[in-house]
Amino acid sequence: MTVVRIPPTLRDQTGGRAALEARGATVRDLLDDLMARFPQLRERIYTEGELAPFVNVYVEGEDVRTRDGLETSVEDSATVILLPAMAGGSKAPLAAPPPRWRPLPRIRLK
Amino acid sequence: MATPVGTDEIRPEDARERLSEQDAPVLIDVRSDQERAASYIPGSIHLPMADVESRLADVMPDSSRPIITYCAVGARSRRILPTLAALGYDDAVSMVGGIVAWQALGYPTESSSTLDDEKLARYSRHLLIPEVGIEGQERLLQTSILLIGAGGLGSPAGLYLAAAGVGRLGIVDDDRVDASNLQRQVLHSTAELGQSKAESARQSLEELNPDVDVVTYEERLTAENVDRILADGWELVVDGADNFPTRYLLNDASVWHDLPVVHGSIYRFEGQATVFKPFKGPCYRCLFPQPPPPELAPSCAEGGVLGVLPGVIGSLQANEALKLALEIGEPLIGRLLLFDALTARFDEVTVRRDPNCPVCGDDPTITEYVDYPAFCGVLA
Repeated sequence: MTVVRIPPTLRDQTGGRAALEARGATVRDLLDDLMARFPQLRERIYTEGELAPFVNVYVEGEDVRTRDGLETSVEDSATVILLPAMAGGSKAPLAAPPPRWRPLPRIRLK
Repeated sequence: MATPVGTDEIRPEDARERLSEQDAPVLIDVRSDQERAASYIPGSIHLPMADVESRLADVMPDSSRPIITYCAVGARSRRILPTLAALGYDDAVSMVGGIVAWQALGYPTESSSTLDDEKLARYSRHLLIPEVGIEGQERLLQTSILLIGAGGLGSPAGLYLAAAGVGRLGIVDDDRVDASNLQRQVLHSTAELGQSKAESARQSLEELNPDVDVVTYEERLTAENVDRILADGWELVVDGADNFPTRYLLNDASVWHDLPVVHGSIYRFEGQATVFKPFKGPCYRCLFPQPPPPELAPSCAEGGVLGVLPGVIGSLQANEALKLALEIGEPLIGRLLLFDALTARFDEVTVRRDPNCPVCGDDPTITEYVDYPAFCGVLA
């Protein structure tokens, strides 16, 4: 199993998980495994069956596009980072409803 | 009040008198080059502690002449006396209290730098670092840095660059201070709600450091004004923009103007920082050839951001900007630094210059400004 880091912009699609274990010998296998379990990820990272141009995948700190793309092989112990572009800032170019309010878990002090 | 002195010491008052006599002793300044440049006693010979053994005989062949040594406060100049004695210079005393006591008495000093006493005090912690020193500080005071945005990232970056004595800071921002900004945009305060951000930033930065000349552009960066703004004498740009059209526009313009960009971006608990130095490393388009479609690109206004996160990333940007200005260290060129505030963990990935990049590649296909809002799929 290889650990894939999930950036905050994709965590709504992974149930809030910041890292996921995935099975596979190549980047494509790993992502297929993840997208099978979290189907909403697909439209966020793939365009027409290939990695979207606004998403980078790094294996051991190297962009897979500078290697063998989705066919880049991955060791079990490797660190894989998914990274979509983020503009980062404060102004919304689009109107959006505020996120739904969710109660915080209560912490009981003994 | 008479200062008690040891037999190997001399009070500044007596030193001054002896120095004015015939056959005056030789006055030796044993401090570092940096300290010497800041101020020294006229007529003194500069011989740093570490050089005494190797150079004293060259500087002063006659070992029978009397010597007065001085340093900042009189500790080092006393500690060096046994070394002098061992070299045969045994008629030597150390001036009590050093140049600090000398100056406190109102005795004259000279300086080889353009920094006045106020600046020497203000930047003293920089002057003590060999990599900065007087020369580096003088350089910072003559550096011009342009900030895109006086928001979450521009606030800490601007404050630290101003505090560091960057002589000229530009601010491009057409926004006004909103209540929702104050959770992280520390350049602005409650009293400035509704004011122009650029103007509010100028006030804060000039209050922090009057040495800084702040230039404001109360406009949004566009293909129409970017050439005029970038050509205003700026040496590097700190990008704290909040949207993709501005990021791609700034990228293309900075490549064509050959200006390094210190990039930062933030979302929720995670931030990124890197340096794009045209043709020396990748540009933003090498990193991300295309922006995500708007529906897949949440902004902080939609997704939120931890207030301190821009403090971390904006400070990293200031750090990179200062390193570039001083030409020290290893800038984040070709390296993208990722910070996760929740795990308090930094990661680094490699970003390579893409020879096929449409803007900075070997055979560029984009050579003039495009319609950036359309390129990013958003309405202007």
